[in-house]
Amino acid sequence: MDDLLAARSQMAMSLAFHIIFAAVGVAMPLLMIMAEGMYIRTKKIVYRELAYRWSKGTAIIFAVGAVSGTVLSFELGLLWPTFMEHAGPLVGMPFSLEGFAFFLEAIFLGLYLYGWDKLPQKIHWLCGLMVMISGTMSGIFVVCANAWMNAPVGFDFIDGQFTNIRPWEAMFNPRWFTMTMHMTIAAYQSVAFAVAGVHAWMLLRDRNNPFHRAAIGIALVVALATSIAQPIMGDFLAKNTAANQPLKLAAMEGQFETEHRAPLRIGGMPNVDEERTNYAIEIPAALSFLAYGDFNAEVQGLKDFPRDEWPPVPIVHIAFQIMVACGFWMLGVAALGAILAWRARAVPQQRWYLWLLVVSGPLGFLAIEAGWTVTEVGRQPWVIYGFMRTADAVTPMPGLIVPFTVFSLLYFVLSVIVIYLLRRHVFQSPTTQQIHFYQAEDAGNPEKLNEESKDA
Amino acid sequence: MPELSYIVAAVVVIAMMVYVLSAGADFGGGIWRLFATGPRAQLQRDRLNAAIAPIWEANHVWLILVVVLLFSCFPRAFSAIMTALHIPLAAMLVGIVMRGSAFAFESYPAGATRLQKRSGRVFAVSSAITPFLLGISAGAVASGQITINAATGIVQTNFISEWLAPFPFAIGAFLLALCAFLSAIYMTVEVRNEPELADDFRRRGLWAAVAVGVFALVSLLLAKNGAPFIYHGLARGGFAIFFQIITGLSAIIAIGALIKRRYRLARFAALAQVGLIILGWALAQFPYLVYPDLTIQNAAADPVVLKPILIALAIGSLLLLPAFYYLYRVFKAGKTLSPEPLEATVSDDK
Ligand code: HDD
Ligand code: HEM
Ligand code: HEM
Repeated sequence: MDDLLAARSQMAMSLAFHIIFAAVGVAMPLLMIMAEGMYIRTKKIVYRELAYRWSKGTAIIFAVGAVSGTVLSFELGLLWPTFMEHAGPLVGMPFSLEGFAFFLEAIFLGLYLYGWDKLPQKIHWLCGLMVMISGTMSGIFVVCANAWMNAPVGFDFIDGQFTNIRPWEAMFNPRWFTMTMHMTIAAYQSVAFAVAGVHAWMLLRDRNNPFHRAAIGIALVVALATSIAQPIMGDFLAKNTAANQPLKLAAMEGQFETEHRAPLRIGGMPNVDEERTNYAIEIPAALSFLAYGDFNAEVQGLKDFPRDEWPPVPIVHIAFQIMVACGFWMLGVAALGAILAWRARAVPQQRWYLWLLVVSGPLGFLAIEAGWTVTEVGRQPWVIYGFMRTADAVTPMPGLIVPFTVFSLLYFVLSVIVIYLLRRHVFQSPTTQQIHFYQAEDAGNPEKLNEESKDA
Repeated sequence: MPELSYIVAAVVVIAMMVYVLSAGADFGGGIWRLFATGPRAQLQRDRLNAAIAPIWEANHVWLILVVVLLFSCFPRAFSAIMTALHIPLAAMLVGIVMRGSAFAFESYPAGATRLQKRSGRVFAVSSAITPFLLGISAGAVASGQITINAATGIVQTNFISEWLAPFPFAIGAFLLALCAFLSAIYMTVEVRNEPELADDFRRRGLWAAVAVGVFALVSLLLAKNGAPFIYHGLARGGFAIFFQIITGLSAIIAIGALIKRRYRLARFAALAQVGLIILGWALAQFPYLVYPDLTIQNAAADPVVLKPILIALAIGSLLLLPAFYYLYRVFKAGKTLSPEPLEATVSDDK
């Protein structure tokens, strides 16, 4: 493995790892304050129990998210010093603001996790809200930086130097809005489905448990809202890609020819040597419409661009198909859940539907990884689109295979432990009797409950 | 407009100072987990964990702020440092990852006791390794070995000799001792209602003070050859001498107060001492970021970049400071970690 490939692999691996934990850090606080809010309103102990136990699992994930994020911010320099030497001042603004978001997030997380019996309930809830807001903001800021790499603006490029830097223009580049919104929705959506999946699985083992039913109820609300929003946002995003990175759009769609009434391809396998996409279901003129809002619009194909600027087309195309498939599948599952819940006026209980939720649990995270692959691999061979090639940004340090191997092993071990611990936490969730018992006890004494659930 | 770059550099120094004073002590807590001995070993571990748990993630962000300010405001210096010190910094990252994750696994074990025990050990060991490697990197930056090729503008490095030298290692050990020192002193205040436990930490604080003194001396001797610019900077002119004297005085007050069991005074003096050490270092290195080729001015980004970031920092601080204040008030101020008024623990030894 040459050093450039090792560096790219290490960066991709670190980000792919971090993004899962980051998404949980963004979205779990919402689920927790929804549960805690339900407790404040209804005084049903099951909701408080839910928020409390969710917060324990989230604490583990948060810590791993924070340290893997620290790795990323160093890796920007350790692996891509030339990139950072030029781009640092341009992406500095979102990263600096992100720093403050991290501060606030970590501070209020500490208050939320360790303040259950130290803070008044409503203040505690507000701390959870602050964690959610600052977590979401930190995700938005970092994706602004990434959007700049895809749509670099806010400078004059003179003699190979980035001069006349305009930081705000760089931050609010043409891609920032659609990309950040899509990512934010993705975080909430994937976590909602994962949570619904886990609790559905537990509910299948213990059919009447109010704890898991409450959890699924909350998760499905978020899942439904985000699954509807995401394809709509995705459409805006694709139009934005078409306007700013037509080459990337062509790779996503496996569109080799420049043509009017370009078809939308579902599935299929791009063959770069033959310069055509085989085996796809083609919907005539749909791509022209989706990308430009006009069935007759001209869509630029890959052949319009120099061959050495093509990204790895099959990867981008397939990753895009996976993401969109996941998106529509999740929309279907959430809509079905809404119908079932509306009919029963309760959280759906059907075995087959619970199994459906279990199967759909990982799909959000799959879609996130696929989506980032589209964005990142689709930007290749550029690290700053149109201005700096990835190969020119890499560190001169030799032997990069070593840190890549070390970090991969480290993250692998961490993943195993995190999954093991989360599994244990889930299996310790309360039984139906325990919930009734807590509820009876809570009539007079909420502090007591807290002690008990700590011991549990 | 050179002033702007100086202001940003000052912010970087302050952030490093706060990082060492807060997160440094969290590392120190891990170090004392390694040396938890005697009849109250388990109690020491428990109190150390309880002291660190709610705040370490927030304290940790100061390091991220330093990194972000370096690459957005001093990109050339960032690039040079990250290239030349790839190896110790990457190793430090492994330490950061292991320490943070292990601490979380230990705190939320869901009844997995073996995993919990092992995580505790990993946490303790990586808490010692991480500041050591950070110190090595800082020492390497100060040593004057990281140079820039004037023609190409690229850092000249073989990736090893810049940091694999006596002086950086001495600084690593020095930082380690400082972390242990801070943590032990903070803990005396946190457990002041448990006199015997406080005494355990007091003794540890005194040992750490000895280590701080020894490594300070070693570093200074090695600096003569290993980091000549710093060495002369520390002795340059009346102001520097005055500065050394105040730092020394704080050290003496800290140790004296520790001996006298005046724990709050000791904490105050130790804060001043360690803060002054870092400030003294920064002043000795002024106006260089990476001696001899990168100064604050010639490595700084354009003022149009620095200005909005400074404004953002100012506005951000308005949000941040009250939040930090609240965090420390809820978990630290006027509180002790000891749950009950402690007849039980007081009676078990003498
Ligand atoms: C601030 C910037 C930034 C952000 C928010 C992301 N990336 Fe990225 N990514 C880069 C900055 C970057 C980079 C430094 O620019 C890399 C390294 C080499 C390259 O071309 O881009 C890169 C490469 C890269 C590659 C390899 C592409 C290739 O070399 O063929 C993948 C698969 C990902 N990233 C995946 C992700 C994931 C899963 C992310 C979710 C967190 C993510 N990226 C966010
Ligand atoms: C190059 C890309 C990235 C870098 C350099 C980066 C950097 C970091 C750092 C340094 C932290 C630790 C902060 C702390 O100590 O609390 C962190 C955590 C976090 N990151 Fe990333 N990040 C990147 C990508 C992303 C993306 C794409 C998201 C989108 C959702 C994101 C969202 C978060 C969140 C919410 C946290 C805090 C939650 C947690 O700690 O689990 N990050 N990141
Ligand atoms: C259902 C229809 C969807 C459409 C039409 C869609 C569209 C897109 C497009 C066009 C991109 C590429 C952006 C670029 O030019 O770089 C993208 C990226 C991405 N997608 Fe999707 N997407 C959909 C569903 C999803 C789902 C369900 C998720 C996750 C839960 C997801 C997560 C992501 C992520 C994380 C990225 C990269 C970051 C970003 O650009 O915000 N997408 N999506």
